[in-house]
Amino acid sequence: MKKFSAQIRLEILKMLKQRGFGHLGGSMSIVETLSVLYTKVMNIDPSNPAWEDRDYLVLSKGHAGPALYSALALKGYFKKSILLTLNDNNTTLPSHCDRLLTPGIDMTTGSLGQGISSAVGIAKALKLEKKQNKVYVIIGDGELNEGQCYEALQFAYHHKLDNLVLFIDENKQQLDGFTKDIMIQQDISKKVAAFGFDTVKIDGHNEEIILKAIKNALLVKDVPSCIVLDTVKGKGVEMYEGEINNHHVRFNDNQLEYVNNLITELEEEIS
Amino acid sequence: MSVEILMQSLNSPIELRNVYGETLIELTRENNKIVLLEADLMGAIKTNNYQKAFPNNLISCGIMEANMVGVASGLSLRGFIPYMHTFGPFATRRCYDQLFLSIGYAKLNLKIIGSDSGVSAAHNGGTHMPFEDIGLMRLIPKCTVIEISDHVMFRDILKQVSSRYGMYYIRIVRKSMEQIYKEDSTFKIGKGIVLREGKTVAIVATGIMIKEALLAREMLEKEGISTAVIDMFTIKPIDKELLIRYANKTDLIVTAENHNIIGGLGSAVLESLEKTNSKVARVGVEDRFGQVGTQQFLQKEYGLTALKIVETVKENL
Ligand SMILES: Cc1ncc(C[n+]2csc(CCOP(=O)(O)OP(=O)(O)O)c2C)c(N)n1
Ligand SMILES: [Mg+2]
Repeated sequence: MKKFSAQIRLEILKMLKQRGFGHLGGSMSIVETLSVLYTKVMNIDPSNPAWEDRDYLVLSKGHAGPALYSALALKGYFKKSILLTLNDNNTTLPSHCDRLLTPGIDMTTGSLGQGISSAVGIAKALKLEKKQNKVYVIIGDGELNEGQCYEALQFAYHHKLDNLVLFIDENKQQLDGFTKDIMIQQDISKKVAAFGFDTVKIDGHNEEIILKAIKNALLVKDVPSCIVLDTVKGKGVEMYEGEINNHHVRFNDNQLEYVNNLITELEEEIS
Repeated sequence: MSVEILMQSLNSPIELRNVYGETLIELTRENNKIVLLEADLMGAIKTNNYQKAFPNNLISCGIMEANMVGVASGLSLRGFIPYMHTFGPFATRRCYDQLFLSIGYAKLNLKIIGSDSGVSAAHNGGTHMPFEDIGLMRLIPKCTVIEISDHVMFRDILKQVSSRYGMYYIRIVRKSMEQIYKEDSTFKIGKGIVLREGKTVAIVATGIMIKEALLAREMLEKEGISTAVIDMFTIKPIDKELLIRYANKTDLIVTAENHNIIGGLGSAVLESLEKTNSKVARVGVEDRFGQVGTQQFLQKEYGLTALKIVETVKENL
C-alpha cells in the first residue's frame, strides 16, 4: 500500500509537471485513501470497468481527478502514458472526473456537492437490487459547505444505506484558504454522527489505519458509515503542504525544479 | 463621456478580474451599502484587496451558491446593494430557483457576475463551461442580461448598476479581452453599438465573438461584401429598434455568440425580428456541452471563429 501511495504521488506530479498547472493540494490529500481502496478493498476488474458486480467509487470532489486517474492507470484501466494527456485538447482525462471519457470513472463530478447524492443513489439502487456491491464516496471539507451534502446524509440514513462509506477529506483548506476563515466547520465527525452515520475520525495519511477503519465500516449494519480523514492539503509536496494557494498551482521555474527533484526522489524510493 | 470606439481594437493586458475589485473599492468608498458576496472564489476574481479595504463589506459565503443568493435577498431587503460573483454555471444553474424566486419574483436587488463565459472556462472543462447561462437568465422576468465586451465596458457597467435597482446578470471573461472601446467610454444599457458600418450584412456579436466579427468583416470587405458589426452587449432588454433598422437595411443578419444558439443572443435576435421578413443566421455552440482544452482549440471545436462567420455569411447571402 505504501508503495502504491508513492506511485500515485509520483504520477500526479508528472502529470501536473507536464501540464504546468493543476489541482495539486486536493489531489495529494487523498492519495493514501485511494491507495488502500484500490489495493486492498475494492472489488473491481480493471479489464472490465463496467462490471455489474464491481464496487463503486464516486470522487465527489471532482477536481482531484489527477489522483484518481493515477490510481486507475496504475491498476491498468488504461495506459500510464495517457496520464500525460491531462487537460490536453481532446484528452480522455479532463480536469474534473467524467464518466463518459475515462475507464474506471463511475460518475461525472466537478460541481461540488453533487457526487455525494449520486453515490447515495447508487447505494439505494444496489439495495433495491439486493446486491452486495459497496459504494465509496470522497468529498472535500470545503465541499461540505454545500447544503446538498446534508440532504444526501439524511437520505442515506433514512434508507439505511449500510453499503455506503463516505470519506470526508478534512484537509482544513478550501479554495481561498482555511475552512476556519471561510466557513467554520466545527467538529465534522460530530455533525455527521448527528445525522446517524457510524462515524470515525482517523489519520488520513496512514494506510494501515485507513484499512482498519474501512473494514470496521463494512461490518456496520443498517446505518451508513463515515470516515473523516484528518489530512494535509498538498501532502508529500512539502513546499505546498498546508500553504495557502496550494489548491490550483501554476509552477514557476523554482517550483518546477523542486517538483523535478521530488520526482527523482520518489522514483528512487519506489525502485 | 459617451462610447468611443477604437478603430483598431487592441490586445489589452488588463484582466477583468482586476477591474472588478478595483471598481468595487471605488464604489464602496462612495456608498457603504455595497456588499460583495463570495463563494470561495476570491482568488479567481481577485477581491483580496477589496477585503483588506472593506473587511465588513466582503461577505464570505463558503461554497453555498444557493444560500448566497438567499442571503443576498435578505441583504437587499435591508437596503444593501449586493454584488455576487462565482463561475457562470454556479452563479446561474446551481442556484436558479433561488435567483428566480427570492430575487426575481420578490423584486429584489442583486448584481450577479458570472465568470469564465463559455469557452473561456478552458481547462476547467465541461462542468465549468456555461453555454446556457444567458438563456436561463433571460427567462427570469425583468432580469437585465449583459455580456461584457472589454474591460472598459466592465468598469462602466459595474458603476452604473450600483445605482440601478434590480436584477442584473453580467457575464464576463475573467482574464484579458480584446479592447474595443477607448478608456472611460460610457455605455447605454439596452442600446446596441454599431462598431462598423456596412450595407449588405450585419454581424451582431457579443463578448469574445466581437473580435471574431471584426476579423470576419475584414475578410468579407476584401471580397466586396459590405459588412456592419454591432456589439449587442445588452441581450435583455435587447435593442429591437436597432435590429429592425439593420434588418431592413441589409440582406442578412448573422449573430455570433460564445453560448448555445438556443436561448442566447441568436434566439433573442430572432425573437426581435419576428415581424420582419429578414434573414437571420446564427453562429454559436450548436446544442453541445463543454469540454477541456485551450480557448483557441475550443473556439475551433465549437465553430466560434471569424472563419465560421465568413462561411455562414456566404452560405446565407
Ligand atoms: C458548486 C461549485 N462551486 C464552486 C466550485 C469551485 N471550486 C472548486 S474546488 C473548490 C474548493 C473545494 O474545497 P474542498 O472541498 O475542501 O476541496 P480540497 O480541499 O480537497 O481540494 C471550489 C470552491 C465548484 N467546483 N463547484
Ligand atoms: Mg479541503
